[in-house]
Order: sequence, then structure tokens, then C-alpha cells
Amino acid sequence: MSTIVRIQDVSKHFGRVNALKNISVEITEGEIFGFIGPDGSGKTTLFRIMTTLLVPDTGSAEVLGFDVVKEYKKIRPLLGYMPGRFSLYQDLTVEENLHFFASVFGTDPEENYSLIEPIFHRLEPFRGRLAGNLSGGMKQKLALSCALIHKPKLLLLDEPTTGVDAVSRKEFWEMLTLLKEEGITIVVSTPYMDEAELCGRVGLIQDGRLLQMDTPEEIVASFEMPLFGIKSDDTYGLIKALKSYSWAHSVHPFGESIHYTDRRDTPDIEGLKQFLSEQGVEKVEIKRVKPGIEDSFMALMGSEEVHV
Amino acid sequence: MSETAIITENLTRRFGDFTAVDQLSFEVKRGEIFGFLGANGAGKTTAMKMLTGLLSPTSGRAEVSGLDVYTQAEAIKKRIGYMSQKFSLYDDLTVDENIRFYGGIYGLYGSGLQQKSQQLVESVGLEDVRNAKVASLPLGWKQKLAFSISILHDPAIVFLDEPTGGVDPVTRRQFWEKMYEVSGRGITVFVTTHYMDEAEYCDRVSIMVDGRIDALDTPDGLKRAYEAASIEDVFIRLARSAKRGDE
Repeated sequence: MSTIVRIQDVSKHFGRVNALKNISVEITEGEIFGFIGPDGSGKTTLFRIMTTLLVPDTGSAEVLGFDVVKEYKKIRPLLGYMPGRFSLYQDLTVEENLHFFASVFGTDPEENYSLIEPIFHRLEPFRGRLAGNLSGGMKQKLALSCALIHKPKLLLLDEPTTGVDAVSRKEFWEMLTLLKEEGITIVVSTPYMDEAELCGRVGLIQDGRLLQMDTPEEIVASFEMPLFGIKSDDTYGLIKALKSYSWAHSVHPFGESIHYTDRRDTPDIEGLKQFLSEQGVEKVEIKRVKPGIEDSFMALMGSEEVHV
Repeated sequence: MSETAIITENLTRRFGDFTAVDQLSFEVKRGEIFGFLGANGAGKTTAMKMLTGLLSPTSGRAEVSGLDVYTQAEAIKKRIGYMSQKFSLYDDLTVDENIRFYGGIYGLYGSGLQQKSQQLVESVGLEDVRNAKVASLPLGWKQKLAFSISILHDPAIVFLDEPTGGVDPVTRRQFWEKMYEVSGRGITVFVTTHYMDEAEYCDRVSIMVDGRIDALDTPDGLKRAYEAASIEDVFIRLARSAKRGDE
């Protein structure tokens, strides 16, 4: 397996903002690699360096074996790029957009149609519609089709699912899995932590720094503290009580339960129940739970210390 | 004060042949955190526009904080707060200037406004950056500030349109704690989100499909009714049943 992206000690600043701080990443042929992190963490800057649109201040980056600064012209025809903001021509139709992007890359929509067919067939009924009049989910499918029309070696998707509902997100990831089977390497960024599990490997990114980089399984496995899910009828009361508990290490709401870690190696669960009851929190259920990527992310964030 | 914050009856909005919101009937209780979910294109935005006095319904009835959406839209705007992920603060104004600006719009002035802005800055922990331009703040801070500003005038109801989109996981949770606090003060919170775990934090959740509310209950009630492990499963099942499709 060859290396498709090699980023070494890349830093980039804008004015006084250090958008990227010494980032090093290697991405291998055929994998789905995810950069997971909130808005403002540096994901887009990194994508713009990989797509040769920005020059790093320090460090070096190679994409498909070419240097992003010296050999950018060789890289560009081989990339499919879907920027975070809707990138199509709103006043061209679906079909015209597809033709335009194909012709820019010296091909035509028929040549690689089989590649985009699983995505594009849903758009067939709207061929003549202006791109600006498509719904969010349809725009996303068209943008992906346009990014793929020249059969790129590497597909770079910057936050393709932001603001998209849970169903469309699920469908989008199913499409990415199909593309991976076609041998296309995919680099994707997302603020949704649950999407990490759909990637082969992920880099957790915050404040321009890579917090951790590994398979989702390994990241979760490196969460060492025992994690408990705690439930009660009065969620807010429970959060407040847990935060005031002197042994509490972290208290994070997670859907219907609160994820809790303790400062002791062997937490005293009976003691905690007793404490909660004294605080007036009743019907408490405590059980050991498995951590997810979001638990790991917050634990790593904590160790970096954010001053909020 | 009435115990019902929002009441709608057969609320409908058409655009030409297209019925964006189709006979919506529901009630939101005072002080409740009400989750307003739906797939893209289900009609959430249109419904919210009618409830915030920005768009007149085609037919049906709706009262927001006891005020009629047809005849008292201007009065409604004064009684509600609003914030969204897309539009919140002016980037090239400072923290203080944004507070003064919005406070002024909501009719606060003089020592009342000054006292409110002092409280606000302290509660969000932004004392040190009150003279910094909002553009220089991290997204999470901006969102917390925008939320606090949206309730500066003690509205009856605050509408939050995807308030936590793209925010880091720790700040996202702090944001929800703030919402609990606000609802504890009797302010009704009407919120949309694409994070399904957040639906679990709501007192009640509605799910819109094809312009209608197809499900409305407590998170536990919904999971029981659909024999689902999570709200996400309920949501996916309902949203997949949409006929209107992704137009």
C-alpha cells in the first residue's frame, strides 16, 4: 500500500491565529481517513493545504507523491474536492454543473458515469433544475458527483455532512463506503464525533493540534478510566449533584445518561449512590459503559486544557 | 401568566401548490424544553418563521405567549428571543457593543441595560474580552454569548435554531446546561438540532415529516412507542417514511 498523503510538521498562521501547529499525518492508499474536530479546529486549513490552495508556513506536504508547493499542477487533476461551503454554480442546472466540472478536467459525464451512478440516479429526475433550487441533501449529492466525475485518485471532502439531517448523513456514508470499494482514497472531515466509527483511521483535531491519530477502536481502547453511565428522572439535578461530588473527575451528559469518571482508581459506587440520594436525586441507576470517540475526544481536550 | 407558551391548531402554510406546513396542531408548555426535529425539508424552518412572527400562515391558528400570529406579530417579536447557528452576532462589533445593540433593539436602555449587560458578561465569563471584537472569539464562546443575548430581555420563549452546530463537545454540553438553567427560570426553550443525543435532553420532542408532526412525546415515551433504543432510531424510521422526499 503506498502513501497517498504525507504531511510533515506543517504549521500555518493567519495574522495572530495559529491555525495549524506542527501537524504530521500519513494517509495510505484505499483508506477512509477522517479529521474529527469542531469548527475552528483547523480542518479546512489542512484541506486547503492538501488541495494546493494554501502554502504551509513551515513543514512539507506531499499528495500522491508530489510536493504541494512545487508540483501543485500535477496534483490538481488527480484530486476530487468538495469544499465545506456549497461549491456549485447555483444558476446552472444539475446537468450543466456536471458537464462543466467534467470539461474542466478534460472528460465528459459519460466516461465515468458508472462511478457516480449510485449517487446521481437520485438526481436524474431533476437534471434540468437549477442547482440553487435543490434541497440540502440533493445539493450534497450533486457536489459529490461533480467532485467524482473525472475519477480522482483522492477524494477530499471537507465537512460534507454539516447541517445535514441524520438520515441523509447515513446515506452519505453508505455512498462513501461504495467509493472506497472502487479503490478511491477518501479524506473526510466532520464535527460529528459519531461519524468517526465509519472511518478506517481518524485524527482528532482541536485548536490546530492533532490530539490523537489511530483507528477508532484503538482510540476508544486508550480511554483508560472506568466510565459509568448514570441515569435518573431529574437529569439537571443529577448533573448538578455529580459536579458537586468531591470525587468527580468528569461529568458529561450523553443522551439519556450522564457519563461519569471518578478520581479514584476503584470508584465507590455505593458511596456515590448514597451521596446522590442525600442530594435529593432519586431513582438513580449506575452502570459501567463503554466509552465512545466523543468520550475520548473530551478526555484529550481536557488534558490540553481549554479555558472557557 | 398562561401555562401554555405556544398553541397551534391546523396551522398551514402553502407556497403555490406546495404545502410546506400541513395542519400542524401542538402545544408547548411554559418552561418546557421542546425539541423540534425533522429532516431537511420537512417544514421546520417555515413553521418557526410563522411562530416567530416572520411569516403569515395560509390557514389555521397559532398563539405564541398568548399573542395571535396573524394580528400581533410585532408584539410576538418583543416577547421572544431568537438565535441560530447561521446568524447570531456582529463579528466586527465588540462583545459589549453587541450586547448594547441587541439590548437596544429589545427596548432596554440606561441603567437597566447596563446592569443586564454586566450580569451577562459575568455569567458567560467574558469579563476579560468584553472590548474584543466578536470575530476574535472561539465559536463556542460566540454561541454562548449569542444565547445569553437572546434572553437578555427575559423573553417568554426563546427559539434556538441549531444552536450547537459545529461546536466542540464540551461547549455543546455547557450550552445544554445553560438551557436547563433558563428553562428552570420559566423561559420556554424551543430548539432544533441535528445531534440526536441532544433530543434526549429535551422534556418533549416532536418529529416533523412532510410538513406534519408525526410524533410528539417525551424521549422515553417515543422510544417506548417505537420500541427503539434511541431517538436517533425513531427519527430515522420516521424520516425514511417521508413521501415528499428530498425535493
